[in-house]
Amino acid sequence: MNKSKSTLLHREALDGWLYASPWIIGFFLFTLGPIVASFVLAFMKWDLVNPPRWIGLDNYLRMFNDSVFWSSLKVTAIYSCFGVPLNLFGSLILALLCNQKLRGIEIFRTIYYLPSVVSGVAIGLLWKWLFDPTFGLINYLLSLVGIEGPMWLASETWALPALIVMGLWGVGGGMVIFLAGLQGIPLELYEAAELDGANRWNKFWQITIPMLSPVIFFNLIMGIISSFQTFTYAYVMTGGGPNNATLFYVLNLYYNAFLYLRMGYASALAWFLFLVILALTGLVFKSSPMWVYYESEVKGR
Amino acid sequence: MDDTFAKTHFLTAAQRNTLNKLIGYIVLTVLGIAFFLPFAWMLSTALKAEGYVFAFPPQWIPNPVQWSNFVECMRVVPFGHYLLNTALITGISLVGMLVSSTLVAYSFAKLRWPGRDIMFVILLSTMMLPGQVTMIPIYIMFNRMGWVDTWLPLTVPAFFGSPFFIFLLRQFFMSIPTELMEAAKIDGCSNFRIYSNIMVPLAKPAIATVAILHFLWTWNDFMSPLLYINSPEKYTVSLGLQAFQTQYTTNYRLMMAASLIALAPCLLLFFFGQKYFVQGVIMTGIKG
Repeated sequence: MNKSKSTLLHREALDGWLYASPWIIGFFLFTLGPIVASFVLAFMKWDLVNPPRWIGLDNYLRMFNDSVFWSSLKVTAIYSCFGVPLNLFGSLILALLCNQKLRGIEIFRTIYYLPSVVSGVAIGLLWKWLFDPTFGLINYLLSLVGIEGPMWLASETWALPALIVMGLWGVGGGMVIFLAGLQGIPLELYEAAELDGANRWNKFWQITIPMLSPVIFFNLIMGIISSFQTFTYAYVMTGGGPNNATLFYVLNLYYNAFLYLRMGYASALAWFLFLVILALTGLVFKSSPMWVYYESEVKGR
Repeated sequence: MDDTFAKTHFLTAAQRNTLNKLIGYIVLTVLGIAFFLPFAWMLSTALKAEGYVFAFPPQWIPNPVQWSNFVECMRVVPFGHYLLNTALITGISLVGMLVSSTLVAYSFAKLRWPGRDIMFVILLSTMMLPGQVTMIPIYIMFNRMGWVDTWLPLTVPAFFGSPFFIFLLRQFFMSIPTELMEAAKIDGCSNFRIYSNIMVPLAKPAIATVAILHFLWTWNDFMSPLLYINSPEKYTVSLGLQAFQTQYTTNYRLMMAASLIALAPCLLLFFFGQKYFVQGVIMTGIKG
């Protein structure tokens, strides 16, 4: 009995490793190996044609003296500073609206959610057409209310705001997560608050927001990570222009790696991006005890 | 605000309720129109005849309706060919992703093996790593292997699973009671039989979620085809659409027709599988 049990356990351990092996092998091939390679590459100069040359910290030094690098960082930071909070706010408002008990509410949820599901080049082209300065829908609608719309993607000032506006079309993704959070708030909390004479405003700030704070936290982290990796829309719609006004960080990285074939420099760019994302998400994590409220904290008391 | 308004106007509770509902519907409808407008504009443009695209003020309902745009866009650019390529790549990648991710997730959720917990922590931490860090060495590796300008870089990595999907499926497998497994074991079932005959059938909803998400991401993926595919005959839909732009800069009519065709599978999937989408978002968003 004992012996068969131990062979069974042995068998299980063997199977466990075997079944997990696709990911474990993949981890070494596509994650750990490339991480090490990228780290080393960042200290080299290599155009894929001539042999790589060790140049120490030059790539990093060059990066900090490169005005294009700083402008791409600025573009990405501005995009995130406006885009992430606007998206967070917009998806929360939509979720609150969609949480009403109205007949046919599912239809509205579907309409709001749909744009966040479709992505890619087709959507980029659609928005390029919507933003067309003379024949596009957006400037037509603006003209109806007497506003002469800007040149949008062709304007240095308006290209980045245009991409932020476009990002708002995708707030449905965050909305669905918020909705799930809203539906998880026990109704007794609201009933108890009503007995204590709380009005709508009080209930929103004292119950809804604290109970949703873990979801806000999650959406904030995901928002920061994805906005710092913006690539496809900028590539398809503006190519980084006009005059680098929408040259996002990753777009600059892509051009350096695959257009100018600066493999070492682009690797250094990738590592710096990683550090920026790590620092920002770390900051949010650090601040979370101050504003994120977990139910279990109360239960523990 | 509503309360005071209602009180000063002496509305009954029922009237107040109706008023609130009405305001709710108005706000929802206005927003709904705003969200749907881009799609309507896309469809409208795709159905317009040559000279009507730049008409001012724009026509919402095209007259005449030109269905032939959908055929023409396929002729101008070999778009049907790109669709077929994308379907093939997506299909192969999907099979690889489903087989590997479920198997790995099962191992993490239900089997005990030394090092499992450490490996799981590593798996979670790899999800934090931005893809740009590994992108360049992986490109160089595939380049060395002679895989550039083949479909291999777009399909083979899927056979090694994805941390995100493994995590999602593992969470689902964890919720399946272990008793089921124990009973099957006593009957002499092998671990693989338990996986294939018990776990996979029970995890169908989670697998559907993974399948839908992976389908969408692969179908719409732009970065990988852009990096790896050079020959036009190997293009995916994303690259094909991009080709429309450079050759026919102002031909929005055909561009929108092609874009709609490219989006059609995603839209269909969305309408038929909406509950799996929401489930996936919630599974990863809230419990993660």
